[in-house]
Amino acid sequence: MKYIDEFRDPEKAQILIREINQLVAQIEACRKLPLQIMEVCGGHTHAIFRYGLKQMLPSGLEFVHGPGCPVCVLPMGRMDDCIALAESPGVILATFGDAMRVPGSHKNLLQAKAEGADIRMVYSPLDALKLAQDNPDREVVFFGLGFETTMPSTAMTLLTARRVGIRNFSLFCNHITIIPTIRAILDSPDLQLDGFLGPGHVSLVIGTEPYEFIARHYLKPIVISGFEPLDLLQSLWMLLRQLAEGRAEVENQYARVVSMSGNKAAVAAVNEVFELREFFEWRGLGSIDHSGVRIRDEFSEFDAEKKFHVPNLQIADPKECQCGEVLKGVIKPQQCRVFGAACTPQTPMGALMVSSEGACAAYYNFGRIDISAHPVVADSERGTAV
Amino acid sequence: MCLAIPGRIVEIVDEESQLARVEVAGVRRNVNIGLLDRNSIRVGDFVLIHVGFALSRVDEVEALATLRLLEELGEMQAETAREITEQTK
Repeated sequence: MKYIDEFRDPEKAQILIREINQLVAQIEACRKLPLQIMEVCGGHTHAIFRYGLKQMLPSGLEFVHGPGCPVCVLPMGRMDDCIALAESPGVILATFGDAMRVPGSHKNLLQAKAEGADIRMVYSPLDALKLAQDNPDREVVFFGLGFETTMPSTAMTLLTARRVGIRNFSLFCNHITIIPTIRAILDSPDLQLDGFLGPGHVSLVIGTEPYEFIARHYLKPIVISGFEPLDLLQSLWMLLRQLAEGRAEVENQYARVVSMSGNKAAVAAVNEVFELREFFEWRGLGSIDHSGVRIRDEFSEFDAEKKFHVPNLQIADPKECQCGEVLKGVIKPQQCRVFGAACTPQTPMGALMVSSEGACAAYYNFGRIDISAHPVVADSERGTAV
Repeated sequence: MCLAIPGRIVEIVDEESQLARVEVAGVRRNVNIGLLDRNSIRVGDFVLIHVGFALSRVDEVEALATLRLLEELGEMQAETAREITEQTK
């Protein structure tokens, strides 16, 4: 496929790996390793593992997996709310497939569907709108998830619903925004990051300008990266060059789709439909100010949280689940007490094991982890582990 | 979740509802192009698709520049390797 195959060329990958090795050696002469690089986006986490990039890179380079997987950071209470909506009389819940197996406190959407709730998997919010048009006697609720990449499509769908006058359609809005969360990570005393690989597809919407504070105020380098192996390797090379030369700048590796100002029409659609929430709860990271959006009052007829009764309870994660610590980079996935035993992609306990972009699923599927070589957690620390 | 894939526009299906037929690896489907500047895209262009919407045009010049840079990097490495071999002769 054009724009995919040529960015997976193994020979060019070797060229970049040679450069990266040299730069890491050069940096090692001046400071202690490892270098800690956070890839913000879950898509990057997935690609780094799927293509075995981690194994090809020097051991002095460590990846810290960022919070950029919207399914993974959704708190359990919101999942319960979604299931309650799906079980409301007359409702068809439309959702992306990613959300089907995310555990709620009692069940997930797949189990709710098996018990009789009308839940349909869709590829696009426009498919959900079509469901509403085809089922005028039913209420269709779309489970809106995702970062700035996905927000414009949901916004466009609501704008279309209003223009065409579709009244039996609403949105359960769980959209979140990445910039305040990166700021929260930078303010966290736990994490000592050396630089960031920036999320390419969020950036094609918002542009590169919103990241300037990372370089200016926190003096950390960031490179906006594409998703193919060569994109990621080239971005790492660019990041290491900044570190070696003592620079902290926002650089854009993914110039074939990301521009400095982003997609203005997409941002305008988002601003027309959504406004910032005062705060939003993130699984593992807690409440972060201005990190989520809600539907503006002008569109309240399309707001599922206003149209239906939503329980809106806060539910704590199961005790044995250590998603929060993994999300914060405090432990690696295989150090979680339930990793690969009670929690697998087939029977996930935590959301990080559900989504293919979750760090735990990436480690489980592609991590080449020798469990015997990683005595996970000492028995005495296991507490209530299964 | 933020997965997006490149596809080639083969036809503008409906200007009013802003739909284009886009081909991805031989499969064709309608994609909404309402978020793109209509004057900047035409049939044959590649766009990046996410959940049924085209979010950006793929800039061929930039894509080729990236690949050319990597080729030049490879040539420089080969050159350095040759110099080292000559010096050690």
